[in-house]
Amino acid sequence: MNINLTLIGQSIVFALFVIFCMKFVWPPIMQALRNRKQQIADDLAAGEKGRHELELSKKRAVEVMHDAKGKAADIVSNAEKRAGEISDEAKEKAKEDADRIIAGARGEIEQEINRAREQLRKAVAELAVAGAGKILEKEVDEKAHSQLVDNLVKQL
Amino acid sequence: MSSETVTSAGYIKHHLQNLTFGQHPDGTWGLAHSAEQAKEMGFWAIHVDTMGYSVVLGLLFLWLFRKAAKNATAGVPGGLQNFVEWIVEFIDTSVRGSFSGRNDLVAPLALTIFIWIFLMNLMDLVPVDWIPQVATWVGVHAFGADPHHVYMKVVPTTDPNATFGMAFAVFFLVLYYSFKVKGIGGFMGELTLQPFQSKNAIIQTVFIPVNFILEFVSLIAKPISLALRLFGNMYAGEMIFILIALMFNAGLALGVFGGFLQLGWAIFHILIITLQAFIFMTLTIVYLDMAHHAH
Repeated sequence: MNINLTLIGQSIVFALFVIFCMKFVWPPIMQALRNRKQQIADDLAAGEKGRHELELSKKRAVEVMHDAKGKAADIVSNAEKRAGEISDEAKEKAKEDADRIIAGARGEIEQEINRAREQLRKAVAELAVAGAGKILEKEVDEKAHSQLVDNLVKQL
Repeated sequence: MSSETVTSAGYIKHHLQNLTFGQHPDGTWGLAHSAEQAKEMGFWAIHVDTMGYSVVLGLLFLWLFRKAAKNATAGVPGGLQNFVEWIVEFIDTSVRGSFSGRNDLVAPLALTIFIWIFLMNLMDLVPVDWIPQVATWVGVHAFGADPHHVYMKVVPTTDPNATFGMAFAVFFLVLYYSFKVKGIGGFMGELTLQPFQSKNAIIQTVFIPVNFILEFVSLIAKPISLALRLFGNMYAGEMIFILIALMFNAGLALGVFGGFLQLGWAIFHILIITLQAFIFMTLTIVYLDMAHHAH
């Protein structure tokens, strides 16, 4: 085997080939790899961020729940207080109503009693007058004694 | 050093001859000094260059990927890890796309096939005279060999022994999984009961040998086409590099023209070597997928 121009020619062409690869083949591959790396880095960062945010929102959720619990307790206690007030008011009102009704009823009873007493008085007076008239017959002047009878009636 | 001029035919022949180690007809073991001697060695000889380059390139692949695997982190990958991840992801996508069964062997096998064949094909881009000239120099000065007897073929995939070796390994796996997944009866049924089918028992019996011939040929065609496709493409590519190399001795104009041809062919070959490695890998996946599928 001889060493001749072939070897040199091939070497020159190989150098050109390597230059071609350096210019046109290597950069796209490297660019793809760089992009991939960047993508992975971004994704990892995004994941880390997401995890961080998740932790924060968990904390926030706990806080919100805590607040909500406090508020709920306030609302319940307010409601209980209010319910107590309402029932007290209702009781008072009922009592007032009952008192009023009782007072009314008492008044009416009083009136009825008075009326009945009046009627009784009148009836007694009439009876007395009639009785007296029957006893005295004509001797008693109704008009002259009416004042006397009225006084009697009033005394009853 | 010999001063005889090299003929074109001699140059081509020299480049296409493997460095062969085997038993000479007289009973001694040694390297063949010519194509005729290599032929006389018969089957029990070994292509030292094919074996050597393929093993070295295989070790390079294993070492590189092992290194990346050992230093792998879950964080932002470094240069090598990024590159390896990129390739592994690509292979994994291919396997997921073509292989529907469940087998932990397929993806690593596909990765090995792709990278190994790619590296072996990559040797094609090294100028055809570089390594043989170095080998000749070493052979002459270190072992006192006749420069005409030092052979060196640097692209293992231009040696059908290498491509058939890989194809038969794949074929063996195809047979193994066919028997394992479908059972002997299932696999035999696949070979004999289709594509022609009949409900009539007598006609079906007639169909069986016809089916078997068809299916057997298509089965055997798998490893042969797998091996010959890779071998043919790489051998043709190497041959054209050698032919172009001859132009450098044929005057300045032809030499410059040859230079441009070689450059163009080398650039085109970037595509070819990647594509051939990818085709071999994809077909391996597809064949194994077929072996896992009962019809």
